[in-house]
Amino acid sequence: MTETPAYDLECHGISKSFGSVRAVKDVSFNIPSGSFFSILGPSGCGKTTLMRMIAGFEEPSGGDIRIKGKSVLGTPPNRRNVKMVFQHLALFPMMNVYENIAYGLRCRGASNDEIKRRVQDVLERIALPDVGGREIHQLSGGQKQRIAIARCMVLDPDVLLLDEPLGALDLKLREAMKIELKLLQHQFNTTFIYITHDQSEALVMSDHVAIMNDGNFEQIGTPQALYHRPNTAFVAGFVGDSNRWSGKVTASDGTGGTVETAQGLTMQFTAGGGLRIGKGEAVEIFVRPEFINTVRAADAAAAPGDNHMDGVVDSLLFNGANSRVLVRSQTGELIEADVTLTGDGDLAPGEAVRLSWSAQHAMCFPRSGDA
Amino acid sequence: MRTKTTIASLLAATMLVGAGTAQAETLRLLTWGSYAPEELVQKFEEEYPDIDVEVTFSNNEEMIAKLRATGGAGFDLAQPSHDRIYAAQLEYDIYKPLDLSKIDTDAMQPSLLDGVKANTTIDGEVYAVPHQWGTSGLMADVTKAPDVKGWDDLCNPAYKGKTSMRLRRTILLGTAFSMGEDPFAAYADLDKYQQLLDKVADKLIECKDNIKAYWKGGDDLSAMMLSGEIVASETWDSTAYKLFDQNKNIVFIPPETGALAWIDTFAIPRKGEADDAAYKWINFVLRPENVTIMSASTGAIASIKGAKELLPEDKKAAVNAAFTDADIDNLKFFANIPPGVEDMEGKTLEKIKAATGG
Amino acid sequence: MVQKDVRRLTLILLFAPFAMWIALLIIVPHIGMVALSLREKVAPRVYEFGLGNYIDFINEPIYWNTLLRTGSMSLLVTALALLIGFPIAYYIAKIAGNRTRGALFLLCLIPLWVSDLIRAFGWILLLRETGVISTFLQWSGLVSGPIEFLYNDVTVIIGLVYTVILFMIVPLVSTLDGMDDSLVEAGYNLGGSGFTVLRRIIVPYAMPGIVSGCIVVFMLTAGSYLTPILLGGKNSSWFTEQIYDQFITRFNWESGAAFGFLLLAFTSTVIWLGLKLSGQTLANTVAKS
Repeated sequence: MTETPAYDLECHGISKSFGSVRAVKDVSFNIPSGSFFSILGPSGCGKTTLMRMIAGFEEPSGGDIRIKGKSVLGTPPNRRNVKMVFQHLALFPMMNVYENIAYGLRCRGASNDEIKRRVQDVLERIALPDVGGREIHQLSGGQKQRIAIARCMVLDPDVLLLDEPLGALDLKLREAMKIELKLLQHQFNTTFIYITHDQSEALVMSDHVAIMNDGNFEQIGTPQALYHRPNTAFVAGFVGDSNRWSGKVTASDGTGGTVETAQGLTMQFTAGGGLRIGKGEAVEIFVRPEFINTVRAADAAAAPGDNHMDGVVDSLLFNGANSRVLVRSQTGELIEADVTLTGDGDLAPGEAVRLSWSAQHAMCFPRSGDA
Repeated sequence: MRTKTTIASLLAATMLVGAGTAQAETLRLLTWGSYAPEELVQKFEEEYPDIDVEVTFSNNEEMIAKLRATGGAGFDLAQPSHDRIYAAQLEYDIYKPLDLSKIDTDAMQPSLLDGVKANTTIDGEVYAVPHQWGTSGLMADVTKAPDVKGWDDLCNPAYKGKTSMRLRRTILLGTAFSMGEDPFAAYADLDKYQQLLDKVADKLIECKDNIKAYWKGGDDLSAMMLSGEIVASETWDSTAYKLFDQNKNIVFIPPETGALAWIDTFAIPRKGEADDAAYKWINFVLRPENVTIMSASTGAIASIKGAKELLPEDKKAAVNAAFTDADIDNLKFFANIPPGVEDMEGKTLEKIKAATGG
Repeated sequence: MVQKDVRRLTLILLFAPFAMWIALLIIVPHIGMVALSLREKVAPRVYEFGLGNYIDFINEPIYWNTLLRTGSMSLLVTALALLIGFPIAYYIAKIAGNRTRGALFLLCLIPLWVSDLIRAFGWILLLRETGVISTFLQWSGLVSGPIEFLYNDVTVIIGLVYTVILFMIVPLVSTLDGMDDSLVEAGYNLGGSGFTVLRRIIVPYAMPGIVSGCIVVFMLTAGSYLTPILLGGKNSSWFTEQIYDQFITRFNWESGAAFGFLLLAFTSTVIWLGLKLSGQTLANTVAKS
C-alpha cells in the first residue's frame, strides 16, 4: 500500500448533532489531491461545523474522515496535518510576522536554522520577503491574508482549510485576493478547501464546488456544471441569478412539456437534473437572464424561442457589459433579462417589448416543501 | 443612633464657639469601650438637658495619638490611664490643668486621688483625677491549670501551647517582677532599665514556644479561654470577671509578685470647649448610684470611698473570689512612664515578636 | 475669543475637583509624611532635620527583615492569586456561558460585600482549634485530637489570597474576554500542545491583565493590615503592623512616617522591577484594564 491515495480528504457519512439540532446530516465527499474545493452555502447551513470537524475542533456524531487515506477520528487538532486559515485570520498579535510563521515549526521541534530557512522560503513564495521583522498591526489587509496562508503552508499541510478569509476585506481587495488565492494554490499545489457564502468567490476560484444547504450537500460539481446543470431547485436558485416561476405541469413526456404558471402563463420547459416530471406536478421554473432575448414589440415576429411574453420596459440597470433590463409583464411580474447596451438605439423605459426564451433554458424542478 | 442630635449639636457648637454661654452644649468624650454605658448617658442628658454627650471609644495609645494630631482639640474630656499622662503632656502638651475646686474630690478615695495627683502634677498644676481602677494579672481555668500563681507560670511547660498573653508593656513589667526585679525603680536609670528589658526579652522569647498566640483584644482572649483552647493567660481583671460569670472555673489570679494596677483618669484636652460639662460628667459618674451602673459595664472599681460595696453583685463575687486583702496591699501601681521608655519597650516587644524562638 | 475662554474655564472647573482630590488627599499628605520622616527627635518637643529615622531602619535588622518578609510573602500571595485566579478567569471569560458568567462573577464579588474584619473572623471561626474544620475532622474520625490551623504563615497567606483574588480575576477576565477564540484554535491547529498554546499564546496575550492584576494584588497585600494581624501567629510580623506600632503604640510619628515612605518606595521598586522583567509598561497594563 505504498501507492499514494487518490484523495487528500475523504468524508464518509459525516453527521453532527448539537442536542436535538442536526447541523450536518450524513455528508459524503472526496477531494482529489491538489484541487481547489469550495463549500458554498447560506449562513447556518452547517459548512463551518463541517470544517471544524475536518480540523478536529468538533468530533463528528457519525461517519468517518480520512486524510491521505487514514482515518483521523480521535486525532486531536494539533496532530492532524490539516491547517486552517481563520475567518479573522487569527494571527498572533503578540508575535511578529517571523514568529507567527515559525510558531508551527517550533511546535514540531525544528532546529533554528531550519526554521530560518523555511520561513524565509515561504515569505519569498508569497512575495513578501522583507516583512519578517514587522508586527502584525503594521501589515495591510492583503498582507495579513498572505501571512496567514504562509503560516499554514510552511508546515506542508495535506489540506488547507480556509474559512471565509476574504469576508473582512473591502470589495476591491477581495477581487484581487480571489485571483491571488487561486495563484497561491497553484503554486503550493496543495488541496484547498474554501468555505464561503459568496458564490462569486466559490465560482471564480474553485475546481469543484459543493453546494450545502440545511446540513446536506445538494450538489457537487464544477462551477460550470452547477451553473448550467443544477440538480435541485435550491442550487438553481442559489447559484447565479434567475427568474423564477412556480406552476403546475399541464402536459409532460417526463423530460419536458408544458407548464402553466401561477400567473396564468403557459411555458415550455425541460426537466432539470435529469429528473422525470409528470403531469399535474407542482414545479418551479428557473430562467437565467442571459438566456432571455428581448426585442421591441414592433419586431415581435422575429423573436426566436419556444416561450414568449409581452411587457413594458420598467427600468434599465446599466452596468457596462453586464447591463440588464427590467420588464413588467402584462400580469404584473418583473422579469430580468440581459441586454447589450451599445449606447445607440437602445431600449428605453416605457417601450413595449417581447421577451423570448427556449424550452431548453426553462429549467424545471419539482417544488420542494420549503422552496 | 444619635446622629441627628449629634449633627445638630455639632452645628450648634461650631456656631457658638467663643460665645461663652452655650444654649446646647456638646460633651465630646474620648474614652474606653464600655466606659460610657448608654443608660448612664441618657440619665446624664435628662439631668442636664442642654448637654449632648458624644462618645468616641479608644485606648491609651490612640487617645494620645488623636489628641497629639490636633494639639488637644476635638474632645472635651479624655480618660487615659494615670501612667500615660505625664510624659505625653511633657512631650505634646495636649491637656489643660484641672480646676480641682469644680470636682467633688472629697468623695474620692484619698490614696488613689493622691497617687494620681502625684503622678500627673507638672509645674504645680494637676492634670488628672482618678475615675476607676483595675488590675492586670493572670486568669486560669482552675480545673485545668491549678498551679498558676505567678507571671512566669505562663511559661510553665506543663501548659505548653495552652497559654496566651498580650504582647504589650504589661507582660514586660510582670515578667520583670517575676524575675525578682522592680522595673519601676529601674526607670530612674534608663541604661539599667535597658539591661532589665533585655533579660525580660530573653525570657519571653524562650517562652514563645509555650504560647499559643498573643491575644489582641478582650474578644479573642475570651473566645480562646471559653473554648478551652488556652487554660491560662495574662489578662485584664474585668475580662476575667466577665468570664467568671459564664464559667465559675475561670478566675482572676493576682500574681504572687502583685497584680499590676492601673487607674483610668479624667483629663481635659488642651483645646476642650466644654469644660463645665466635663466637670459635670466627672461629678455625675462618681455619684454612688451611678458608680454601680458604670462598674456593671466596665467591670472596674470606682475610685471613691466604699466603691467595692457599690459593685454589682456578680462583680463583687468575682472580685472576692480573686482578691484577698493581702492581694490588695500587694498591688503594684503602674509608675509614670518617663520619656524614652515607650520607645525602649516598643523595641523590646518588636524583638520578641520577630524572634523565631517558638 | 469669549467662547474660547468659556471653554477653557469649563475645562478648569471640570478638572479642578480631580486636581484638588489628588493634591489634597495624595500629594500634600505624602509631602507631609516625607517632611515628618526627616525630623529627628533630640529632646521632648525639640526636633532636628536629619536622616536618623532611615538610619535607624538600616541599623535595625528587625525592621528590614520584617519589610523583606512582608515583601516576599506578598510576592508569594501574588503568585498564588495568579495561579488560582488564572484558571477561574479563563473559565469565566472563555468557557462559561453568558448566564453562568454573571453568576460566577457575582460569586467572586460576594466576599467584598463584608468587611475585612468580618472576613478575618470568618476564617478564625473555621480554622481555630475548636473551629468548624477541626471539629469536623475529629467528628469524621480523620484525626484523633483537635488541630490548630490558625496563627501561622500559611493561614495568613490563605486569608490574603482569598481577600485579593478578585482583584486578580477582574483584569484577567477583561483581557481574556478580548481574546478571539480562534487564536487558541489556531494555536492548536498549527501543531501546538495544550501547554504550548498556554505558554506562547494565552499567557502572552493576557500579559497586560496579568501584570496589572499582579500590581494591584501586590500593593493590596503589602499594604494590608487586618488579615495578617488577626490570622498571623506569634512570629508573623507584617510591616504595616510595624508602621501602626510606630505611630500609635510608640508615639514615634517620625519613624512611622519614614517606614510608611519606605514601604511605598519598596513596593514601587518591586513593581518597577516586575514591569521591566515582563517588558510591560504601566500605560498598557493598569491603564488598559
